[in-house]
Amino acid sequence: MSRIAGVFARLRREGRGALIPFVEAYDPDRETSLTLLRGMAANGADIIEIGMPFTDPMADGPTIQAAGRRGLLAGATLKGVLGLVHEFRREDRHTPLVLMGYLNPIDSYGVEAFCEDAAKAGVDGLIIVDLPPEEADLVLPHANANALDVIRLVAPTTSDERLKQVLAGSSGFVYYVSITGITGTRTASAADLARDIPRIRAATDLPIAVGFGVRTPEQAATVVAHADAAIVASVLIETLCKENAEAVLRDVRALAEGVKAVHKAA
Amino acid sequence: MNDLTPNSLRAWPDARGRFGEFGGRYVAETLMPLILELEQAYRTARADPQFRAELDFYLKDYVGRPSPLWHAKRLGEHLGGAKIYFKREELNHTGAHKINNCIGQILLAKRMGKTRIIAETGAGQHGVATATVCALFGLPCTVYMGAVDVERQKPNVFRMKLLGAEVVPVSSGAATLKDAMNDALRDWVANVHDTFYIIGTAAGPHPYPELVRDFQCVIGNEAREQLMQAEGRLPDVAIASVGGGSNAIGLFHTFLDEASVRLIGVEAAGKGMHTHEHAASLNMGRPGVLHGNRTYLLQDDDGQILEAHSISAGLDYPGIGPEHSWLHDIKRVEYVGITDDEALEAFQLCSKLEGIIPALECAHAIAHIMKIAPKMGKDQIILLNLSGRGDKDIFTVAKHLGTTI
Repeated sequence: MSRIAGVFARLRREGRGALIPFVEAYDPDRETSLTLLRGMAANGADIIEIGMPFTDPMADGPTIQAAGRRGLLAGATLKGVLGLVHEFRREDRHTPLVLMGYLNPIDSYGVEAFCEDAAKAGVDGLIIVDLPPEEADLVLPHANANALDVIRLVAPTTSDERLKQVLAGSSGFVYYVSITGITGTRTASAADLARDIPRIRAATDLPIAVGFGVRTPEQAATVVAHADAAIVASVLIETLCKENAEAVLRDVRALAEGVKAVHKAA
Repeated sequence: MNDLTPNSLRAWPDARGRFGEFGGRYVAETLMPLILELEQAYRTARADPQFRAELDFYLKDYVGRPSPLWHAKRLGEHLGGAKIYFKREELNHTGAHKINNCIGQILLAKRMGKTRIIAETGAGQHGVATATVCALFGLPCTVYMGAVDVERQKPNVFRMKLLGAEVVPVSSGAATLKDAMNDALRDWVANVHDTFYIIGTAAGPHPYPELVRDFQCVIGNEAREQLMQAEGRLPDVAIASVGGGSNAIGLFHTFLDEASVRLIGVEAAGKGMHTHEHAASLNMGRPGVLHGNRTYLLQDDDGQILEAHSISAGLDYPGIGPEHSWLHDIKRVEYVGITDDEALEAFQLCSKLEGIIPALECAHAIAHIMKIAPKMGKDQIILLNLSGRGDKDIFTVAKHLGTTI
């Protein structure tokens, strides 16, 4: 069983949802990212998502755009990100790590080499924003060969018919982009989730994580009441900018409390 | 000339929206259903004679087509070689070829029941053309434009506002065309239910490269017929500038299967291709994925996109349409580079000899004609797509010549 599947199986037995906080690699430097990864794992993160900086992040709002720019200024490269993962893995063998980014840097690295190196470094899954199912054959064989989960995005615009195609070949969990929009802007309501999640549930047995616009412990709790995991990104980056890494970990603790307060049927 | 043989170079893209390995649909899932819907709507429209009739009506009575074919005798005599013909797209309404595509796309938007239009623009020509058709059809229009371009293309910004469009300056990245396109895509993702994105060049996710090309093919189709009437034969060389590449593919497409016609695309070499300040994606870049398509890109060793540079805001883009990438790889089209300085010289020469102030974009192609025409025979023919007029560029040119207007 993959590390990601293992975490969701355990949480199901415990009757709770997962918290997936986000770290933009090298924002504002490598040391801070490593501190955040370790600290998040120790403060209630069940899985951690790591953003790979790209010059043209077309699905991201101003907060993650700026974080990516700071990361690139600090010298982030894919090799550097994998090095960060490798270092984290020396001390933590159980917290799943998912890389999120855009295709071009991976394509430039070489898809096959990247999947091999990512698996070796200790990466568990990949989210490639601009790789829809129509183009996924570029990555799937290499990800599968290296036991990396390919996590698919599902959007409010994804029809029931299309869901089948989107979910074919996906593993780990499903990432539900809960709003039509970019990261860190609007927030889906409880009513939206109550309407949307069962639709996806009907099409897959995979756990469903909800991202885009999840900011507070209350919102994270609402998310896991309907889905299986809450992904929180932009608000943590804002806290890092305004305060520091300590404050981010404080917020992660609060978010984890929010998530844990919701008891789900096992 | 419309019969496609199985090996025709004009039969692309394939079912996946690819030209060879280039093109495709690399977009976030939120947009994917829309892109499929657009493709379906375009296929239906293209097969509908009523759509064609409506398009022809606007092209004739609103845009002013057909645009003339002009024998540039004085330029030809001055250079002492080939006969030079200009396909005068700069005489279209709004002063460039961009309007051909905008009319086509807004008719498509109307058929799809979309009620809001967005666009990106570099030099402002596509923004003005989009604002124009939005005024004509009474649809609200938002144009994304890099903050740097807003500053260097003030007259076009004012034109767009006069036409009722909202111009949003984009300050992310280098604040030029690439960043404007990012923000237009972000707007589209957030407003998928009512918004149609009119992309200005033959790039982006499939079906855009195909449909923009199809709407621009009127350039080459007309020019071919006009040249047949004037000279009774095809040109020896067809030449155009390439930024994203819509004016070039519009001219080239009809000639792709004509082996006797040499096709030349002219990239902006900026301050020189040996420097880092150019926009020569095909000559100096390598294949990658940006803005929804696989194509040649200016990028660093880590796959991060580099900033382009050109004196011409319309060529200032680190990518190129995917069909050009393919035509480059199969060597059907030659892609050459012309520097800022060479373009400035051609800009002045054309103005003085022909009484036509060309857009700086086209001045790049004219500069290459200055190199090849003298080596060609007097019975040979060069066909240039004069895709835009240079009025928008006079401030930039004046500044480079050390003059204050």
